[in-house]
Amino acid sequence: MRIPLSWLREFAQVPADATAEDVMAELVKVGFEEEAVHRPTDELKGPIVVGQVLSLVKEPQSNGKTINWCQVRVVPEGQEQTLTGKGIDPSGVQGIICGAHNFVEGDKVVVTLPGAVLPGEFHISARKTYGHLSAGMIASVRELGIGEDHDGILVLSRIGLDPEIGTDAMTLLGLYDEAAEINVTPDRGYAFSIRGVAREYAHATGTVFTDPAAKVAAPASLQGGYGVKLNDDAPIYGKPGCDRFVARTVRGVDATRPTPPWMVSRLRLAGIRSISLPVDISNYVMLELGQPNHCYDLDKLSGDIVVRRAVAGERITTLDDKVRVLDVEDLLITDDSGAIGIAGVMGGANTEVSDSTTNILVEAAHFDEVSIARSRRRHKLPSEASKRFERGVDWQVANIAAQRVVDLLVELAGGTADEAGTDVGTAPDAVTIDLPAGYAASRIGIDFTEEQITGSLKDLGAIVLKDDANGSYSVTAPSWRNDLETKEDLSEEIARLVGYDNIPATLPVAPPGRGLTRTQQQKRRVVQALADAGLTEVLSYPFVSKSANDTFGVAEEGGARTGLKLANPISEEHGYLRTSVLPGLIEVARRNHSRGFRDLALFEAGSVFLPDGQLGTASIPPLGVKPSDEVLDGLYDGVPDQPLHIAAVLTGHDSPAAAAHTPRAWDWADALDVARLIGDVLGVELVVSQGSHQAFHPGRAAQLALRSGDIVGYAGELHPKLLAAHDMPARSVALELNADAIFEVAPDVIVAKHISGFPVATQDVALVVPRDIPADAVLAALREGAGELLEDVALFDVYAGQGIEDGKKSLAFGLRFRATDRTLTADEASEAREAAVAVAAERFGAVQR
Amino acid sequence: MTDTLPGAAIPNPLDEAAITAAVEEAVSAIAAASSLEELKAVRLAHTGEKSPLSLANREIGGLAKEQKAAAGKLMGSSRGRVNQALAARTTVLEAENDARILVEETVDVTAAPRRRRAGARHPLSTLQDRVADIFVGMGWEIAEGPEVESEWFNFDALNFKPDHPAREMQDTFFVEPPEAHLLMRTHTSPVQVRSMLEREVPIYVLCPGKVFRTDELDATHTPVFHQFEGLAIDKKLSMADLRGTLEHFARQMFGDEAQIRLRPNYFPFTEPSAELDIWHPGAKGGPRWIEWGGCGMVNPNVLRAAGIDPDEYSGFAFGMGIERTLMFRNEVGDMRDMIEGDVRFSEHFGMEI
Repeated sequence: MRIPLSWLREFAQVPADATAEDVMAELVKVGFEEEAVHRPTDELKGPIVVGQVLSLVKEPQSNGKTINWCQVRVVPEGQEQTLTGKGIDPSGVQGIICGAHNFVEGDKVVVTLPGAVLPGEFHISARKTYGHLSAGMIASVRELGIGEDHDGILVLSRIGLDPEIGTDAMTLLGLYDEAAEINVTPDRGYAFSIRGVAREYAHATGTVFTDPAAKVAAPASLQGGYGVKLNDDAPIYGKPGCDRFVARTVRGVDATRPTPPWMVSRLRLAGIRSISLPVDISNYVMLELGQPNHCYDLDKLSGDIVVRRAVAGERITTLDDKVRVLDVEDLLITDDSGAIGIAGVMGGANTEVSDSTTNILVEAAHFDEVSIARSRRRHKLPSEASKRFERGVDWQVANIAAQRVVDLLVELAGGTADEAGTDVGTAPDAVTIDLPAGYAASRIGIDFTEEQITGSLKDLGAIVLKDDANGSYSVTAPSWRNDLETKEDLSEEIARLVGYDNIPATLPVAPPGRGLTRTQQQKRRVVQALADAGLTEVLSYPFVSKSANDTFGVAEEGGARTGLKLANPISEEHGYLRTSVLPGLIEVARRNHSRGFRDLALFEAGSVFLPDGQLGTASIPPLGVKPSDEVLDGLYDGVPDQPLHIAAVLTGHDSPAAAAHTPRAWDWADALDVARLIGDVLGVELVVSQGSHQAFHPGRAAQLALRSGDIVGYAGELHPKLLAAHDMPARSVALELNADAIFEVAPDVIVAKHISGFPVATQDVALVVPRDIPADAVLAALREGAGELLEDVALFDVYAGQGIEDGKKSLAFGLRFRATDRTLTADEASEAREAAVAVAAERFGAVQR
Repeated sequence: MTDTLPGAAIPNPLDEAAITAAVEEAVSAIAAASSLEELKAVRLAHTGEKSPLSLANREIGGLAKEQKAAAGKLMGSSRGRVNQALAARTTVLEAENDARILVEETVDVTAAPRRRRAGARHPLSTLQDRVADIFVGMGWEIAEGPEVESEWFNFDALNFKPDHPAREMQDTFFVEPPEAHLLMRTHTSPVQVRSMLEREVPIYVLCPGKVFRTDELDATHTPVFHQFEGLAIDKKLSMADLRGTLEHFARQMFGDEAQIRLRPNYFPFTEPSAELDIWHPGAKGGPRWIEWGGCGMVNPNVLRAAGIDPDEYSGFAFGMGIERTLMFRNEVGDMRDMIEGDVRFSEHFGMEI
């Protein structure tokens, strides 16, 4: 909401030297955030004066254009030019070249004299042009920054002005005024008016407020006016769509009269363009009193006005000349011809006022918030009217606003008001709230005095009655405060007016807490361990393409993952929620590459979205009541599974190249190593087996599983085709794990192992096995066969080639034997080794080299 | 090199002058040795089997019985002196040698390669942990919830009326099909509702997490960002308790000098509601109040939705943006730096913020 200061000053005691910034600094105290300042003089500087064209000589030019060489008087005849400066003629007459042709000798115009500055840093000076010294400019509204019209210069008589020559044109056009723009929260519809903001300004500063509504002399009742019927047969939530309709008639208006500059200036500062006098008056009153209203061309109406819901298939052409198909829930203003307006949203084109309009019917009505909000949304028609109705308009002000429009039409457009008028509807019940003694104090923490409580509430416009028996207050909210419904609302109002700065600070003590949950600690430790291991954490967006979900979300080649689709994504291409963290990480890696960083180790811990089974609920329970357990269970169950995944992508080398250091290229084993690190941090063994996943190299992917057999992820080299398609370096590796699944099986208590002090006996063994036998399987066989004496076994060499039969490979293992109760003899160790080899031989045909 | 000095006669083990001369000769040769190798040669020449002193010593066997003692004494002390000198010189030369080797092994430490990769946490994630730790230290607990959420938890339970403009102002991402009433949570407040439903009062929880709004990414907006919200439900909590908690938190985050300011505002889920500003003495362009978040006393309708009696319990809630906090606390000028994953951004912070 933009507040022109001159307007605010009519109703609030704003100091004469206060700026828009000063006004905003006061309003922020009562809850209106500052948005912007609109101040024409920031861009516009004088001298800009009224001049009269004394002579105008048309001079055709060689380029086909004709220019006007004008003599313009800028000081009344007989007076001296008091301005001095380069280019200002002491005679009081300026010679000016003008290219526009919409004026004649004798016209009074706006002259920007040398030294003036116009919007866009346009400095006016005397300059030679077309063979003359042009000392100034005859301005158009566009050049002054006050309108769009650039057809010609501003001729003052056409906007109803006949000022004295030499008058400061900036004063005349209201250009010294400025506006404060504030943000109005959605609960405070009343503050979308000068009336509401002036009242708030008075609250903020403790000064006197003059109610603009009180300045209007509206009749107590209206009778005999235009026929209006309120026929809402389908109220929403039981509330009638229209509960008041005031109609007034003004005849004999001249709709072509110019809107006075003061009104144009205020409208402009408020952000509303001047259209025509009747429309400007309508908007002006809406801004002043907060009551949206409408002017119909009375002669275009046929029969009574009926406010009703639309019938199926009904149409209307709105003021913006668009044909709109109406919904049966839309509330309409109709006459015998059909719909003439979508109530509270936009009027119809057929009954619009035009230049030829002489008789006007003024509407000031009160509509239901929800009904208006729905129509506005349905037709995507946010308007100044709907904005106010949706948030709530003062029921009481309709008649006053209608009178104000009538008064202005009479005063400015030369009309005559009919004495008869229409006012139908039923006032809503006034809201009376019980505010128990001490309630506001206990909620806010200030020990309010009775004066603070009753004073604040009365300042708001509420009626406050104290019950001396129990000290409570009975508070009737003012008609413009539809947001005040509960004792909590009243507590806020008291605190707001007394000032939030007066709230003391006390620190409540929470009961003994349990610290981070185990899962929270697990997540932290894993993330920290990965960073400690040299990986860089990133946080990518969860929005992915369908194909990314298909590729990364399912292991099987060509498989497709059901992902959640957004109804209104930022980009259709990334319209799905991720089922894997890898697509985002790969995108981040690619971005880093393009910026010149090729050796990367990136990881992310984030949710993935795995719809499975029930998706949402068909309906949702109402607010303010705890749903039944059954309904709550439905809500919980409808929310899809969103486990935490941890993924990493490694590209290039493990470290930067340096003197005396050769970096190592990351390979598939590094991916596995990072996965194992995660397992190690959590104390969970990840069982590795040869894996197959469409995003990975078919021969270089490990499947990672829990001991239970549940697969928790993959690690290895990414598929070469995928890397090429994503513009990623060859041999980039990656892993992804379902962290939640691993967290769950992490041991709670680890039982200690006996540490033997007896010496170790080491034995190496080289086994030749068929090439396709996984090393891990041979190792497992050795472990099984070696029995209890085996402390550890590790693969230390893999060899194939000369000396080894084709299709076979040699695996060399180191075995460490130790007993807990004695020193092993060489024979005991050898015996255990042979037992180990025997199992490998039996299982895989392993032969010792 | 031979074992005897060339042309030297075998000194008589009873000739004290000759023996002393041989000893002097040996001692000076030992002193003159400048390396362990030279010393080895000197040792062989003067203590070796064919050295004058060894040969003289051997002569003792052929002496008369009564002469043996005197000769033995002379030879013993003489050879002792030589051995002593040898040992001392060996110690000196060995020390010199060790020192030289160490000097020779000198490297340019400034040319050391960085073999270990320096990893980094994302500063948003580090900051989130730090905030959580402050509240855990106060006895609060950390609560989490799903990012795709039921509309009821995100709006209705929080007293957003179905047709109220406040609901639309949240710029919500909806999940298809719309009839399922699922959305991406627009704030972490649904976790407050879940906490109230799942826990016993009194409740003191902090809910950090990702939230989503349909804003295009630019220097000051992102469709995905992080918040942390606090919720306290207890008997007799007032706005003064809210202020005290926020003040305490602000001082933990920004130092003892930190100040906060509350301004009236509107949120459907709190009444009264306030905007929270923090005084930033080091702000670019001079000290000023910076908008930090929103807060207020929990609206009774929110308590009712969670089955808590608003006549018995009251509560307060507050919420701040982590990106915003990082922006003014650490002078991050562009939202995109936090989003794009450029390694330079995170690596600059390392493990700290």
